[in-house]
Amino acid sequence: MNYNERLQKVSVLGAAGKMGSGILLLTAVEMANLSLKPENKGKTYVLNAIDLSEEGLAGLMKYLRVQVRKMAEKKMVWLRETYAHRADLIENGEIIDEYIFDVMNVVRPVTTMESAYSSNLIFEAIAENQGLKVKIFSQIDKNNPNKPWFFTNTSSIPIHVLNNEAKLEGRILGFHFYNPPAVQRLVELITIKENGSDIKDFAMAYAKNLKKVVVPSNDFAGFIGNGHFMRDSLHGIAEVEKLVKDFSFAESVYMVNKISQDFLVRPMGIFQLIDYVGIDVVRFIMAVMNPWHKDEDLHSDLLDKLFDMGVKGGQNSDGSQKDGFLKYEKGKPVGIYDPDKMDYLMIADFAEKCDDHLGPLPDTWKPWKAVNFNKKKAEILEKYFAELHNMKTAGAKMAREYNQRSNEIGLGLVERGVGNNNEDVNTVMLTGFFHAYGPINNYLK
Amino acid sequence: MNKMHKKIYMAAGYNTISLGTGRKEFNPKKTRPGLEHYISEAGKGTLEQIGGAKNIDESVIGNFMASRFNNQGHLAGFIPMIDEGLKFKPSIRVEAACASGGMALITGIKNVLAGADSVLAVGVEVQNTMKAIYGADVLAGAGWFQNRKAGHAYFFPGQFSDRAGAYYEKFGKERTRKGLSRWYANAIKNARLCPTAQEFHNTMPDPEATCFNMEPNGKFFVDNLNVLDCSKVSDAASAIAILSEEGLAKCGINKKDAVEVIGFATSERDLTLNPTDLTVMETIRDAALKALKNAGITINDLATIETHDCFTIAGVLAVEALGFAKHGEGADFIYEGHTDRNGKIPINTTGGLVGWGHPTGGTGVHQAVTVWEQLTGKTGDAQIDIPTEKPYALSINMGGDDVSVVAIVYKKN
Repeated sequence: MNYNERLQKVSVLGAAGKMGSGILLLTAVEMANLSLKPENKGKTYVLNAIDLSEEGLAGLMKYLRVQVRKMAEKKMVWLRETYAHRADLIENGEIIDEYIFDVMNVVRPVTTMESAYSSNLIFEAIAENQGLKVKIFSQIDKNNPNKPWFFTNTSSIPIHVLNNEAKLEGRILGFHFYNPPAVQRLVELITIKENGSDIKDFAMAYAKNLKKVVVPSNDFAGFIGNGHFMRDSLHGIAEVEKLVKDFSFAESVYMVNKISQDFLVRPMGIFQLIDYVGIDVVRFIMAVMNPWHKDEDLHSDLLDKLFDMGVKGGQNSDGSQKDGFLKYEKGKPVGIYDPDKMDYLMIADFAEKCDDHLGPLPDTWKPWKAVNFNKKKAEILEKYFAELHNMKTAGAKMAREYNQRSNEIGLGLVERGVGNNNEDVNTVMLTGFFHAYGPINNYLK
Repeated sequence: MNKMHKKIYMAAGYNTISLGTGRKEFNPKKTRPGLEHYISEAGKGTLEQIGGAKNIDESVIGNFMASRFNNQGHLAGFIPMIDEGLKFKPSIRVEAACASGGMALITGIKNVLAGADSVLAVGVEVQNTMKAIYGADVLAGAGWFQNRKAGHAYFFPGQFSDRAGAYYEKFGKERTRKGLSRWYANAIKNARLCPTAQEFHNTMPDPEATCFNMEPNGKFFVDNLNVLDCSKVSDAASAIAILSEEGLAKCGINKKDAVEVIGFATSERDLTLNPTDLTVMETIRDAALKALKNAGITINDLATIETHDCFTIAGVLAVEALGFAKHGEGADFIYEGHTDRNGKIPINTTGGLVGWGHPTGGTGVHQAVTVWEQLTGKTGDAQIDIPTEKPYALSINMGGDDVSVVAIVYKKN
C-alpha cells in the first residue's frame, strides 16, 4: 500500500477535541490535495471524524470551514493552477469555495467507532487514558481486516505499552502534535523497535507534506516535551513553596510566574502555561509518567488541591483562556488564586511589593516577542544573560536557579535516552513551546 | 472639444485620509467608515471652501466598483446626501476603472465648457470591505473578463509583473530593480510628509534597500514584483471644484487660490487586445503628449507631475512615455534621483499611488487635488518649490493596463 492508498481511508478518534480537530483539519487538507492530483481522479478519499459528542462534531465542521478558507486564501497561486482545468471556476472566490467543498467532502462526521473498521490509518487523540486507548485499539484492530496503522497523539504513555497490550504487532507509533496542531510546527515522532520501515517512512513523508518539524523522541513516558514541561512546572511549584514562608500564596505565584516569563524571556510564565494546558491535564500527565520514573516523584499536592477545588484552567470552546492559577481578562493575567479565600486576588494590589522584592529587570531586557523574532536574537540573549549573571537581586538569583534547573532537565532527558541529543531537546522547546532559546544553553555559566 | 474656448479652473480640493494597512487607525477587524462617509466628507470639504452647495451647478462622481466592493450602485444619488442644497441639481456617475476619478474631472471640465459655471467632482472607492485575494477578483474587472481564467490569482499585479519581467529581460534586472526601489523610496518619503497619506506613519529605516533586497517570489505572489512594488488597498475620497471665470467669482475664490486647466486629453486602447509592447505604455504616451500639445507646452515646462504608479514599473514606463528618458533608460533616470522631490522633475510629491494610496475610483481626483495644492502653495510639509519659469503641472490617470488614460495640464495663477 503506497502513501496515497494509505491516505484514502483514514479515521481520527476524538476528532472534535482540541488536538483531534487540528489533526483532522491537517489530514483532511492533505487528503483533499491528493484527491486533486490528476492521477488520482475518480478515487475516493474518506476521513471519518469520530467523536462521541454530536455537539462537538457540529462545532468541528464549522471550525473546518473557517480554517480551510484561511489556508486556501494563502495558497491562491497553487489553487488556480490546481483548478486550471475547471472552465467553470474563474474568480479566486469561486475557486476557494470549491476547494473548501472538496476538503469538507472528504470528512464524514460520525459518533460510531465502527466507521474505523475499514480505515487503513487511524489517528488517535482521545483522553490520556491508557486503559481506554488499549480497549479502543484492540476493538478496532479485531474488526478491521486491513491491518491498520495507529498513530497515537499521546503525550505521555509509552508506545510499547500500547503496542503490547492492544496486540498491534508494531503497527503503532507516537505522532505527537503540539497544541494547536494547525499552527505548531513541531511533531514528536516516537517509534518502537517493533515498527516496520514502511510505517516509519510513511510517518516521515506525512509530516513532511504537513510541513512539520519532526523530532524523534525515544519511548519514555512523557517523551521530550512533557519530560521538560512537567519537571519545569514542579520546579516552579517548589519555588512557590519556598516563598510562601515569607509571602502570601498569591504573591509567591506572581513572583515565580514573573521570573519564568520576564526574567527568562519566555512567551508565558510557568503558571500561565499550566493554565493554558489545563491543571487537570498537567496533573494527569504527571500521573501517567510517575510510575515510569522510580527515581523521582513527578507529582504535586498543590495541583491535586486546586483540581479538587475545581480550579482547572484550560480553554473555553471559543479558544479563550479559563481561569486557573491566574485569572484572565481579555487573555491577560489580572489576578491570582488564593486557595484559603477560594477567590482571586488582584495582581495590581500586590505587584509593587513583589516587584520591589525581586528587583529590577536587567537594563538589556527585552520582552520575548521582541527577542524571539529578532535576527540578532543570540546576540541580544548573550548580553542579557551576561548582565543577569552579575546581578545580586533576589529576582536575578531565582532566574539563574530556574535556568539552571531547566538546563539540568534538558541534559537529563539526553542522559536518560529520551532525546537522542541536545539539539533535539532544544528543538522541541524552541518549536513546541516557542522558547527563545533551548534549555541546554551556555548563557549562564 | 479639447480646445478651450473659455478658461477653466480648479479650486477647493479636499482629500480624506487614505485608510488601509499602514495607517495606525486601520483595524481590519473593526467596523470602518463606509462609502457614504467618504463621499460626504470629501464633498463637504470642498463645499465649505466655496461658500456652500448653493454655488454648485452640477456634480460628477467617479467610482470604479462600488457595485462589488460595497454592493452599491447608483452613486449619483449620494451627491445630494452631501448637502441638501444639491437636491434636484444634475448629478452623474462615471466609470473608467482606475481612471474613473480622472474621467469625473474630464466630465466636469466638459460640463463647464458646455455652459455650467461650477461643477463638484468627487472620486471615491472603499475597498477594504474584503480581503485582497477577493479584491483581486473585483479589480480584475478593469481587464477583459475573458482573460480572467488564464490570469494570475492577483490579476493586475500579474499583468504588471509581466511588464516588469519583459523590461528586465530587455534592459537588465538589477538595473531596473534599482530604479523601482528608488521609486518606492520616493513614494514613502513623500508620503511621510502628507498627513492624509496611507504611508504617513511608515517608519521603515531604509525603504530603498528594503525594496531592493526583497526578491519577488512567484510561489506566493507574482514572479517579477514584490509587495512593495504595488500600491495598497485603500479607502478614500477626494473632491474638487471645477469652475469657469464666473464660477470663481460666484464662489468667492481668489485666482491665486485656483489652478487653471490649460489642456487635457483622454485616450483609449482596445480592452480585448494585449499591449503591443509590454515595455511601452502607448496610451499614456498618446494622452499625455496630446494634453501637453493642447496646452501648448512641453515636458521641460513642467514643475511637477502626478502619475499613475499603481506599480513601481508603471512609474518607469511613464517616465519613458513622457520622454524624460529614452526607452530602456527610465529606471536609470529614476535611480539617478531626477524624479526625487528636489530632482529635475519631482513626481508624485505626496506619495502617489504607492505612497499616498490608491482608492481606485478616487485616484484621478486625488491627483488633481495634489497638483492644486502644490501650485497654490497649500501642500504643507510636502510643498515643493514651483519655479516661476515653470508654472505648470501634469496629471496622468490610467484605467486598466494602459487602456483608458486621462491627462490634464494645469497652470499656476
